[in-house]
Amino acid sequence: MEAMISSPRIIHIEDLGLAFEQDGRRTEVLRGLDLDICAGEFIAIVGASGVGKSTLLRVLMDLAKPTTGRVTITPDPNAERPMAMVFQDARLLPWRRVLSNVMFGLEKTSLSKSERVTRATEALKLVGLAEMAARWPHQLSGGQRQRVALARALAVRPSILLMDEPFSALDVATRENLQDELIRIRAETGRTILFVTHDIDEAVYMADKVVALGGKPGVVRSNRKIDVPRPRRRGSIALAEIAQDVRIDITADHRDPDFVI
Amino acid sequence: MRLHPTVYAAAGLLVFLGIWEAVPASGLIQSSLLPPPSELPKAFMREFRSGLWAQYVGLSLNHYILGFLVGAGLGTMLGVITGMSVRLEWSLAWVVRLLRPIPNLAWAPFAIIWFGVDQANAIFIISIGVFWIAFFAALGAVHGVDRDLIEVADAFGFRSAPERLFKVLLPAATPGILIGLRTALGQAWMAVVAAELSGVSGLGSRMMQASSLLATDIVVVYMLTMAALYGIMDAGFMLLQGKLLKWKP
Ligand SMILES: Nc1ncnc2c1ncn2[C@@H]1O[C@H](COP(=O)(O)OP(=O)(O)OP(=O)(O)O)[C@@H](O)[C@H]1O
Ligand SMILES: [Mg+2]
Repeated sequence: MEAMISSPRIIHIEDLGLAFEQDGRRTEVLRGLDLDICAGEFIAIVGASGVGKSTLLRVLMDLAKPTTGRVTITPDPNAERPMAMVFQDARLLPWRRVLSNVMFGLEKTSLSKSERVTRATEALKLVGLAEMAARWPHQLSGGQRQRVALARALAVRPSILLMDEPFSALDVATRENLQDELIRIRAETGRTILFVTHDIDEAVYMADKVVALGGKPGVVRSNRKIDVPRPRRRGSIALAEIAQDVRIDITADHRDPDFVI
Repeated sequence: MRLHPTVYAAAGLLVFLGIWEAVPASGLIQSSLLPPPSELPKAFMREFRSGLWAQYVGLSLNHYILGFLVGAGLGTMLGVITGMSVRLEWSLAWVVRLLRPIPNLAWAPFAIIWFGVDQANAIFIISIGVFWIAFFAALGAVHGVDRDLIEVADAFGFRSAPERLFKVLLPAATPGILIGLRTALGQAWMAVVAAELSGVSGLGSRMMQASSLLATDIVVVYMLTMAALYGIMDAGFMLLQGKLLKWKP
């Protein structure tokens, strides 16, 4: 992995451990997790349900405190915001209309009101919801809400974009369309993206590297570089072979008896 | 066949007035003890022409509005701040338990010592009642805010207390705060009468005066005046609430 580092390291995770304490019982979710991510990389994180993917993102976003270890993040100082996140559930603010929801993160930047509107409108167009700008969140379908949440994160143009299963609630056509949009945005902006998904084919199609988490408590099982030139073809043999390897990484030598993939 | 709801509302009111009219007319109760509604317009006009009605209603409205604003303002503010800080909440736990059960009228002796038989006296007593309703509603509403939404504010960099307050807590808590304020809107009228019984001029003192002269029709005129004022205010409040909460499904 060391040899691949070509651009500066933007995220450094060392010996990360996290345990939840409840009713006097301690549940270790992550233990001894090491991971380095370089600026501009598109990283997919895969792993079984409950392995700690969301927890890892929450730690990176400083929404949860690790029990052990160290996380160092050095975002691009020129970016308007260091980080933004798309949550697994959309989490729109119900008292704001769709456009205003997308403008939420922009209110932390120095942009003027009209620039914010322009930016938010662009982001909404990108996710195909420009005509829904004036609606209330409760007037949207689940998938539409998720796309608004995506627009809200994209609109702030963060140095690092964290995405927690952002496409899992979408139909195949919309999902594939947004996958390609995200690949295009990444190519254009060179943003660093951490993309959590349980869909291994999606991971290998989009990412530069696929990080497989496994075990209980969760650790990094593998960190594979996807050496397939872009533009890639969905379902190509090369991708399918890597996907198969990742599947094996996740399931290999597991200790948890009810571990399903 | 289903008629418009207002038809039912009007019918219900007419039936109510009809029964009220019939009871004294039947001789079941003397009309000096229960004045029939048909006598009320006369009584009202007498009171109105003498200028007393406008004078007392003006005084009471003044008490009501100021008492409500002071109580609701302080109660909501303190409730929200307490809801935002566990430490403050722990610190206040027993102070609240100590003060909360004291009925606002029990403050009347102090109100007289501190403010005299003056407007401020009534405003103080009214605001105490409103304060607690607003305080607990705001505290509960802030506690009830979805933690996931607070996390959204955190994730987008709004981590300071004022940012959290204005970006998430206050808008999310607004429905709960408004429920408390609406309750207080009615409660404050009871406090108005109670406060003015202690001598401060207003609707309450006028009602006491009238009842000691057995002018029950005047008493009822003021009862209905209060009902009308409350009705107007509640309707106005609902309009405002509809505007503030138009995002609600
Ligand atoms: N607040 C909490 N208290 C106790 N345990 C928790 C808490 N939050 C998460 N967990 C546990 O931590 C583990 C990891 O949760 P996490 O949400 O990170 O999983 P995940 O990999 O994102 O799963 P999924 O793919 O289903 O979203 C789970 O076993 C979960 O039960
Ligand atoms: Mg998750």
